[in-house]
Amino acid sequence: MSAGATRVYVPADTSAVALGADRTARRLEALCDERGLAVTVVRTGSRGAFWLEPLLEVERDGQRIGYGPVQPEDLPGLLDAGLLSASEQAPGHLGPVEDLPFFRCQQRLTCARLGVVDPASVDSYREHGGLRALERALEMTPQALVDEVKTSGLRGRGGAAFPAGIKWQTVLDAPAADKTIVCNADEGDSGTYSDRMLMEGDPMALLEGMLIAGLATGARQGYIYLREEYPRARASLERAMTALWAAGCLGSNILGSGQCFDVALRIGAGAYICGEETALLESLEGRRGTVRPKPPVPAIAGLFGQPTLVHNVISLASVPAIISAGGEHYRGYGVERSRGTLPFQLAGNIERAGLVELPFGLTLRELLYEIGGGSRSGRPLRAVQVGGPLGAYLPESQWDTPLDYEAFAAIGAMLGHGGVVAFDDSVDMWEQARFAMAFCAAESCGKCTPCRIGSTRGVEIIDRLAAGADAEGDRHLLEDLCETMRDGSLCALGGMTPAPVLSALRHFPGDFQRPRGRPGQSESRHDTAPGPQIIPSTEAG
Amino acid sequence: MLEYYDPHGNEGEAAGGTPTRDLGTPPPLPAYHPGFSDLAQVSLSIDGQAVTVPAGTSVMRAAALAGIQLPRLCATDALEAFGSCRLCLVEIAGRKGYPASCTTPVEPGMQVATQTDHLARLRRNVMELYISDHPLDCLTCSANGNCELQDMAGAVGLREQRYGCQGRNHLAAEKDTSNPYFTFDPAKCIVCSRCVRACEEVQGTFALTLAGRGFDSVVAAGAGDAFMDSDCVSCGACVQHCPTATLMENSVIARGQPQHSVVTTCAYCGVGCAFEAQLQGDRVVNMLPYKTGGANRGHSCVKGRFAFGYTTHPDRITTPMIRESIDQPWRAVGWEEAVGFAAARLRAIQQHHGVGSIGAITSSRCTNEETYLVQKMVRVAFGNNNVDTCARVCHSPTGYGLKQTLGTSAGTQNFDSVEQADVILVIGANPTDAHPVFGSRLKRRLRQGARLIVVDPRRIDLVRSPHVDADFHLPLRPGSNVAFINAMAHVIVSEGLEAAEFIRERCDLESFNDWLAFIRDPANAPESVAEATGIEPETLRAAARLYATGGNAAIYYGLGVTEHSQGSSMVMGIANLAMLTGNLGREGVGVNPLRGQNNVQGSCDMGSFPHELPGYQAITDDAVRERFGRAWGVTLDPEPGHRIPNMFDAALAGTFRGLYCQGEDLAQSDPNTQHVEAALRSLDCLIVQDIFLNETARFAHVFLPGATFLEKDGTFTNAERRISPVRRVMTPLSGKADWEATLALCEALGHPMHYRHPAEVLDEVAALTPTFRGVSWARLQREGSLQWPCNEAAPEGTPVMHRDGFVRGKGLFVITEYVPTTEKVTRRFPLLLTTGRILSQYNVGAQTRRTANSDWHPEDLLEIHPHDARERGIAEGDRVALQSRVGETTLRAQISERVQPGVVYTTFHHPVTGANVITTENSDWATNCPEYKVTAVQVRLSAGPSAWQQAREHFARHQSGLVEALSDGG
Repeated sequence: MSAGATRVYVPADTSAVALGADRTARRLEALCDERGLAVTVVRTGSRGAFWLEPLLEVERDGQRIGYGPVQPEDLPGLLDAGLLSASEQAPGHLGPVEDLPFFRCQQRLTCARLGVVDPASVDSYREHGGLRALERALEMTPQALVDEVKTSGLRGRGGAAFPAGIKWQTVLDAPAADKTIVCNADEGDSGTYSDRMLMEGDPMALLEGMLIAGLATGARQGYIYLREEYPRARASLERAMTALWAAGCLGSNILGSGQCFDVALRIGAGAYICGEETALLESLEGRRGTVRPKPPVPAIAGLFGQPTLVHNVISLASVPAIISAGGEHYRGYGVERSRGTLPFQLAGNIERAGLVELPFGLTLRELLYEIGGGSRSGRPLRAVQVGGPLGAYLPESQWDTPLDYEAFAAIGAMLGHGGVVAFDDSVDMWEQARFAMAFCAAESCGKCTPCRIGSTRGVEIIDRLAAGADAEGDRHLLEDLCETMRDGSLCALGGMTPAPVLSALRHFPGDFQRPRGRPGQSESRHDTAPGPQIIPSTEAG
Repeated sequence: MLEYYDPHGNEGEAAGGTPTRDLGTPPPLPAYHPGFSDLAQVSLSIDGQAVTVPAGTSVMRAAALAGIQLPRLCATDALEAFGSCRLCLVEIAGRKGYPASCTTPVEPGMQVATQTDHLARLRRNVMELYISDHPLDCLTCSANGNCELQDMAGAVGLREQRYGCQGRNHLAAEKDTSNPYFTFDPAKCIVCSRCVRACEEVQGTFALTLAGRGFDSVVAAGAGDAFMDSDCVSCGACVQHCPTATLMENSVIARGQPQHSVVTTCAYCGVGCAFEAQLQGDRVVNMLPYKTGGANRGHSCVKGRFAFGYTTHPDRITTPMIRESIDQPWRAVGWEEAVGFAAARLRAIQQHHGVGSIGAITSSRCTNEETYLVQKMVRVAFGNNNVDTCARVCHSPTGYGLKQTLGTSAGTQNFDSVEQADVILVIGANPTDAHPVFGSRLKRRLRQGARLIVVDPRRIDLVRSPHVDADFHLPLRPGSNVAFINAMAHVIVSEGLEAAEFIRERCDLESFNDWLAFIRDPANAPESVAEATGIEPETLRAAARLYATGGNAAIYYGLGVTEHSQGSSMVMGIANLAMLTGNLGREGVGVNPLRGQNNVQGSCDMGSFPHELPGYQAITDDAVRERFGRAWGVTLDPEPGHRIPNMFDAALAGTFRGLYCQGEDLAQSDPNTQHVEAALRSLDCLIVQDIFLNETARFAHVFLPGATFLEKDGTFTNAERRISPVRRVMTPLSGKADWEATLALCEALGHPMHYRHPAEVLDEVAALTPTFRGVSWARLQREGSLQWPCNEAAPEGTPVMHRDGFVRGKGLFVITEYVPTTEKVTRRFPLLLTTGRILSQYNVGAQTRRTANSDWHPEDLLEIHPHDARERGIAEGDRVALQSRVGETTLRAQISERVQPGVVYTTFHHPVTGANVITTENSDWATNCPEYKVTAVQVRLSAGPSAWQQAREHFARHQSGLVEALSDGG
């Protein structure tokens, strides 16, 4: 890097790359070479405004001026127009990125460094506030750390929303020599991606969170169970682990404290069910990924029967923010029993799809329209699925529900991992219900009967409903089956699949009554609806 | 429905025994575990009924104990709770949802409802899902009458199946009939995983798995192989635990469900498993391991479980036969004529050659009562002490060595003890093949974290197999046992790891100090013995440290210890080591011989030795002899009689001329076959009693047809001193059980004994033998089994011996100097042959060769290291000649790295192999136990059978002609 070189930040995040970021970055370097322009291209994560990707940020006077989306063919013109001097004249000029309304309305605690830091650089991480929490944690007792987490009100961000502090206390109190921190990075819910973005864009925040969790509970070993579909997250985590090792943050003598903690990365084998914590532990132990009954909970008897703190990526990555600014500060965000922030992920038929970290409390409608900008197709929104493939389909009448765990539970829905998938009025809710069952059938581990056989029968009954021979009887049978799956299944996969199915059936009954195979009340626009596109190829229909 | 003989019943349950009915999930700790009584009690209410159970009990088990049955398909108390079938859901006050009762532990004050309308609907709907993928051919199904799926469909009131039959299903799945004993029909599988879990948790083989996921989940053997091609060892656990007809015994498929059952004891190895012989009338349909069996705890192996077809095999001889000389055809006669002929001959011999010219060999296959009667007949009717037993050739050094050091000729522990061992030292034993049910129990403990040291020239399965990885394998050279055990002790002593307090309190200090001076000699250091043992000194040191410091350390050993010229020294060396480290007198430790045959312990206990009366009471002891003499109404000869090898030598010398051999095949199982055959040929009267015309019978003048264990009442005593009842389930094919045959011969000899039932014999044993005083047939009916000593001092029997002190008082350290065997490799015989057993065959194979077990092991093979094979130009499957200084045979070679270079290995299950043609006359210095385990041999390629094999074949054909003549002639 030459001293006077202009820094240009280009995301290396999977979504940005899918939109051309790699090509843009390479072309930029080549062009600057040709023209003898001194430029340093820094690859970062994405800030999460996907409609602007590939988003170039030019550093100027300590500010980062955005341009986007920038495709390679745009670059000669941009450079001609003074890109490197952050010219306002250059096409796609967005001004200081942080001033964009999409970001201004967010409160980024957990994802504050996303798209900002160089994910492979400890210096960069430190420069942006990283490791401050770890340094503080090394001065604190385990109980004080656990108390801080309790104070923060943090709840598990993977979907179950269990109070993190109670879990930490259980592991701390469990008398065992070998305890483990397990990070569940098997982010398999359709329409969710905050874990991936964080691991690609700010992996050290996750590792720092795991380190602190280890200090707090007495665990000396951590595992990250990463889904194999995330090769870039894997590379990013590996680079970050190596860098933290070299910097003395990981290993047998953390920052010279004499304390030790190590992290190992384990790659999944493509099973959604391994995102369920007990199936994940089975898989980590080298077994078939099937669900274990609870009790005992993993905090008492987890990996290889030892006390294990299992947390999702966002839960752990939130810890540094909690410890550095204090639990009270974190608790200051949010409402009721839902404290702090949640990185929502807007997807589907939405104008401004992307990552939105917000305190709890805003309504779904505000999220959809004020932040998301309504449908991308311009047609009216009709249904929204919140919380992944096991979340209920919400009709417009429920969009004023505040984004708060309890408020969602009260209407039979869930916030889950914060994924929000929007559908316009071209959606076929029969098809969405069928997809929910088909997803369960494809991903069922096969252990418990309601899920193993029930999901397959569910698809068949939904197909029979469409044929319409005995709609009344089949509808009754489907409701019966959903009750059996809900009350009888061993884990949430079978237990919650009925939510999207029954919500579709209840709120959109018309879609189940019309004959299949010809256009319905509105012109079908399946190309914009995410449902059919994310049906797994292994569908067991 | 089946009738279950239940020796424990509710009484047993109340007393903490294992109940025979299935309570759904296992107890938090087994009732026989000492920690069981420490478990806190938890009180809860189930359906309004107050229940108090140990903490950690599942709601399902608590309900079952209170008499409340919950429907279930995946749960059984033989396996850990799994929670997959979702039939056992309950409601618990204050809890969300419907937890499975099998996986939910009880909590104080819990209020459980097992019967609500909602639960009923859920269960019915779950059952409806099962049935939507099940062939509804119940009437023609092999499980009809014994199907848990059918029972549960009935219990939940399933009345319709609304999903129709157009949906996806597994009904067209193909059957796997590759196993000769059971059929796998995946179309009937409900994916409860009981088979997979039984294979893992109970058997520990991990041959089965679930392949695929979701609706495509199917049970698979190995990587989707046929059962026969997988790692499956056909133990039958999967079949036993299958709730449907998916895994079903072929005998049940062929004949239908059994109608009643009788609990009895297996007649194969020394584990002594309890079985339910399941019957239709007097026809055995199935042998099912018995849940409360103290030795097997409900498990089995391929032999006891399936290989019972020999009992009705056409080769059975069912009429007595006699002949003047062995080249004559047999003549079928009545019992009276046969025993009369025999008695006359025996008496004639005695008249000409003296009282001591005849003798008998008792059988370790027969019952205690039968063995007792044979030795009594020798002492009373023969008037001498010429009685010995086949234990001579297997565990006589155990009896001698443990009696010397500890004071009792038996192992110190029960099998349950292994569940508390932290370090397990296996020496010269191959439990997963030779004592498979104990092997499974041992492996279960290894999976719980116990450490393992294997000392064996060969890499047995325990060294490394699925979920087993020995901490140390010490592949010692055959014949170097004593050098090895001394080095272990040397390390412990020189590193100060001995249990000083235990030694001070429990052992004879004078002997200890003498021994200490001996063992400290640098000649016993691992470095000094390395050349003899071939064991890396550092590895031996590490193993010794682990044994001495790893917590409860238990030694299990087999014939690899005893069948050596220093067998007795090695047994005493083992006892020294256990005393040195304080590993005796409590659960989880001990010195445990794994006995070979079903009743080898019992035959020794019953006075089968020429120098000992029942209960190891010396014949030379005047008071003892007086007591027995009075009870038997005779004056006993104080002079100890001949041991088996002495009998052979005396026979060849012409002074020993008559032998009654019950249930042992000397000509196949004893070493140096040509020597044995010559001795047998020289007899004037050989009486063989056996179920088949065995190798020995070819030299016999009288053949008395034997009865199998299914044809008689009595008791067997297993390796853990457990006396278990054997019960008659069918009439003896020959009309007489073995004990009745002995009585007939005795009467013909002029000494009638009046027993109406073996129970009376057992009473007599109890009256004359202090260690058996508390044993009776009536008590065995009530309590299932008893472990001796069982007397006033130990009214409940003795699972673990030497608790408060050794039987002999202070434990005696015996100096065990290593003396190399004279059987050394030479230029002519550069390899060492060692012998052993294989899982599917038993001993000389008389029984198992007459079953489908031969599908696994149709012939004995010679294992040879690739290096040795290459040097000799031998390829896999080649016929090779195996030659020692005493004989030669041929067999096919198996190239294997299980054996070390310089060592070859074979089994002795097939008479045609003649493994004992090779083995020599060398024997243990103290007991004459043959040195089967070390023979210097040469191996070379061969074109055809050896001269001995050709001669045997000729003789065998001639002899079978003599029998065929009999059946043709009527």
